[in-house]
Amino acid sequence: MSLRNLASLSFFYPELILTGTIILLIVLDLVVRAKRSLALIALAGSVAALIATFDLYSAQPGFLFYRMIVLDNFSLFFKIFALAATILCIWMSLGSSEIKQVYQGEYYALLLTSTLGMFFMASSSNLLMAYLSLELVSLTSYVLTGFLPRNRRSSEAALKYLIYGGVASGTMIYGMSWIFGMTGNLDYAAIQTALGQAEINTVALFIAFMFILVGFGYKIVFVPFHMWSPDVYQGAPTPFTAFLSVASNAAGMAIMIRFFFPGVSRVVPGGEWLFISGVEWPHVLLLLSMITMTVGNLCALNQRNLKRMLAYSGIAHAGYMLMGLAVLNNEGLSAILFYVVVYLFMNLGAFVVVGMIANITGGEDIEDYRGLAWRGAVIPAACLAVFLLSLTGLPPFAGFIAKFFLFAAVFKEGGPFVILVLVAVLNSVVSLYYYAKIIRTMFLDAPNPEDKTVAIGAGDFNLTLLVPLTALTVVFGVYFGPLLKYTNQSLTFFVK
Amino acid sequence: MENLLTYMTFIPLAGAAIVLVLPNNAKLIRWVSAAATVPPLLMAIWLFGNFDRNQAGFQFVEKYEWIPAFNISYYMGVDGLSISMVLLTALLCFLCIFASFGIDKAVKGYFALFLMLDAGMMGVFCALDFFLFFIFWEVMLLPMYFLIGIWGGPRREYAAIKFFLYTFFGSAFMLISILALYFSTEPHTFDMTVMMAQASKFGTEVLPIWPFNQLGWGFQHAVWMALFIGFAIKIPAFPFHTWLPDAHVEAPTAVSVILAGVLLKMGTYGILRINFPMLPEATADLTFWCLGALGVWNIIYGALCAMAQTDLKKLVAYSSVSHMGYVMLGMASFTTQGINGAVLQMFNHGTITGMLFLLVGVIYDRAHHREIDGFGGLAAIMPVYTGVTALAFFASMGLPGLSGFISEILVLLGTWQKYPILTILGASGVILTAGYLLWTIQRVYLGPPNEKYLKLPEISGREMFTLVPLGAIVIIVGVYPNVVLALLRASLDQLNQVVIPHL
Repeated sequence: MSLRNLASLSFFYPELILTGTIILLIVLDLVVRAKRSLALIALAGSVAALIATFDLYSAQPGFLFYRMIVLDNFSLFFKIFALAATILCIWMSLGSSEIKQVYQGEYYALLLTSTLGMFFMASSSNLLMAYLSLELVSLTSYVLTGFLPRNRRSSEAALKYLIYGGVASGTMIYGMSWIFGMTGNLDYAAIQTALGQAEINTVALFIAFMFILVGFGYKIVFVPFHMWSPDVYQGAPTPFTAFLSVASNAAGMAIMIRFFFPGVSRVVPGGEWLFISGVEWPHVLLLLSMITMTVGNLCALNQRNLKRMLAYSGIAHAGYMLMGLAVLNNEGLSAILFYVVVYLFMNLGAFVVVGMIANITGGEDIEDYRGLAWRGAVIPAACLAVFLLSLTGLPPFAGFIAKFFLFAAVFKEGGPFVILVLVAVLNSVVSLYYYAKIIRTMFLDAPNPEDKTVAIGAGDFNLTLLVPLTALTVVFGVYFGPLLKYTNQSLTFFVK
Repeated sequence: MENLLTYMTFIPLAGAAIVLVLPNNAKLIRWVSAAATVPPLLMAIWLFGNFDRNQAGFQFVEKYEWIPAFNISYYMGVDGLSISMVLLTALLCFLCIFASFGIDKAVKGYFALFLMLDAGMMGVFCALDFFLFFIFWEVMLLPMYFLIGIWGGPRREYAAIKFFLYTFFGSAFMLISILALYFSTEPHTFDMTVMMAQASKFGTEVLPIWPFNQLGWGFQHAVWMALFIGFAIKIPAFPFHTWLPDAHVEAPTAVSVILAGVLLKMGTYGILRINFPMLPEATADLTFWCLGALGVWNIIYGALCAMAQTDLKKLVAYSSVSHMGYVMLGMASFTTQGINGAVLQMFNHGTITGMLFLLVGVIYDRAHHREIDGFGGLAAIMPVYTGVTALAFFASMGLPGLSGFISEILVLLGTWQKYPILTILGASGVILTAGYLLWTIQRVYLGPPNEKYLKLPEISGREMFTLVPLGAIVIIVGVYPNVVLALLRASLDQLNQVVIPHL
């Protein structure tokens, strides 16, 4: 199925709902005085879009808008993921004192625009569309990063983000132009056909792929395109940092999988993918994966600011996820999808606690967490401990299962991949040190006399988010059959 | 009795959940926790009574599908090897709850974590699915980390993180080995019994990669070594033992008992349960150096270190290193006496060292220090306490009539047939042990009473309650070791038969 513009609209209503909500938010911002209601409207719009997206599972997969975007299980998975992250982020923003200082209408409108961009990232089947969607997400992210008024760190982070982003996307579109030059096409399917038929200069193609990889690498945050991330994580408002760390990373994964797998590789029965011989991008990914996780973990060891530490830990996790790409089999891809879902709960959960504590103490340094469990905040401290241990990959938490599936998929291929798994498990040991350092600070250290009590009552709004996220992190650690089934089903690409 | 092992494992966990929601009443929490450890103990005793001693295979088996996509099942069962450890765990956990009644900081957290630890340990000894085994193995780490880290001594943070990092480092290698074995079975499975049955499929051709080609190692050897590192850290075998003295010195008494009594056994249990039957050829090639020679080194090195200690608890900790050396030595012999002695030594070490740590706790609670030279003449002040201590010390030393003697003599008898030199060296450890223990008795208990401690109260009823069962076991096993040996024999003979053809 390949639809024209008007016919496509009937398979496009989640995006239309989002667009409508964005416009409504901007207009209502001018007239409504109770700004909190804007958040509720954004929330309602996202939930409606979520229901609509689920409804699309009954539709036939196919191309929309003259093959610009594609509707299949894979894109639906990442659309649902983006909406879930958005809903959680809005919920988190409702309980954040940081967000109360900013312009509510613009904040939520931009957030939903970013979500819309992720929708396109997940489903673009054309280089031009891929580039535009990536830019849409980037531009909104720049603005939201610098959204805290009169906060120099926030502005600095936004500028850094903008400059890095500009360079990366410039490099990427340059690579895309090479591909267009070689094949005369922007459409993924047409590119694949052209690459299969013509005599292609593999060196040129490899260089083009590397240029494109720069753009993806900047979005997924892998080394050496990671410099912006610690500053942006630290500077941006916490709810948005949480959103960025999970959703932006996942959308980057989506666009990268779409391009490198159904885009330019071929699948053979049994779930193995074949890359164009002579264009050895998987080996580059293998190396990048090792370097990324090692750099991320080593840099995280000495961080004093918790958000900054989580930024480096995010880089390390991007490195783990890259393993699943480098291994070129369906198990690896399925493990990545599983990983992003689990990562959503545990990483977002960690940021919820950071936000909660910052609301009360105003501090985000690890030093501010000294003896937290003994200062009245035993529930957030315990939840943060669960998230951090899950991030380490310790059973019985979901993070272990995610890592296990990933490692198993990679180990299966044998050879150099065994070394990759060895590097990854040793990296997990390193990461235990800095995650446990926070747990130590919260539980093992006695509070200083001058430390304020952090009274978190049972009625604290953020607990409505924190407790379910913790529960999910634990539940998915022991009962994950349905999620595994879902991620396996989500691995169907529409390519014809 | 359906699903007995599941109940044994998860009743403490349910107890932990109940403790967490109880009101903050220390007394109530203590008794509820104690109650949660009673059913597993009764079940363990029932198991002991109903276990078929002539059958080598797994009994009381439970198997349910868990993750069909990866062929992971919830699979529990016990054989002679595990049942002795299950008994030990159930007993020590029950007693340690009472030994923890003195804890008054964050009581709820302490007992909840302790019960979680209990569940994790039970699970490790009952699990027959490798994936399940690994989960239980890791689940134990967390409560242990917090128990040492929050309720420990002055350097508790350092000790806790050291324990955590060391063990997690070992687990990393174990995880890789698990994956390697999983992908080598056909169809891929984590079922340990299938892995044992397919042991011949795990290749032994020399791997063409450095450093394996230099060592002449095949797939089996590489996996064996990776698993061994994981288990050796737990035993702890030299040079991975350095976490142990730190952890022991800082941990609260009851946690020390569990650490020495149960956790250390997991290392040797893992080797017997996994390395021996699944990788028999590598076992035959590598045991002499990795278990035999290293075991002797452990015995002597541990004893010498113990002799040099000034802290009573550190002395007991190093004596554990030394005593676990006998277990390793016995395992390396592949004779009936040797391997039975090794497992009996695991059991005996659990009870004897449990007593020793409890006794150190008793004196620490009264004097608030553990300096060996800081006491003197305690026999005159606390005669009952001194009597019990003497029993534990003599058992540890291997005095005939007490349990330690039986297992050590069995190990040495078994090893003599294979490696006389190692046996002679190992036996010298007995003399060193006698040396440091007698010297300690002399310094702490004999001589003129220390003026400072004339008013120390005698050992209390609660403390005696924790010690008497262990003391009774020490004497019973010492006089009639068949109580335990009968449980082990069939399973261990079978284990020997798997490896011996490859020697």
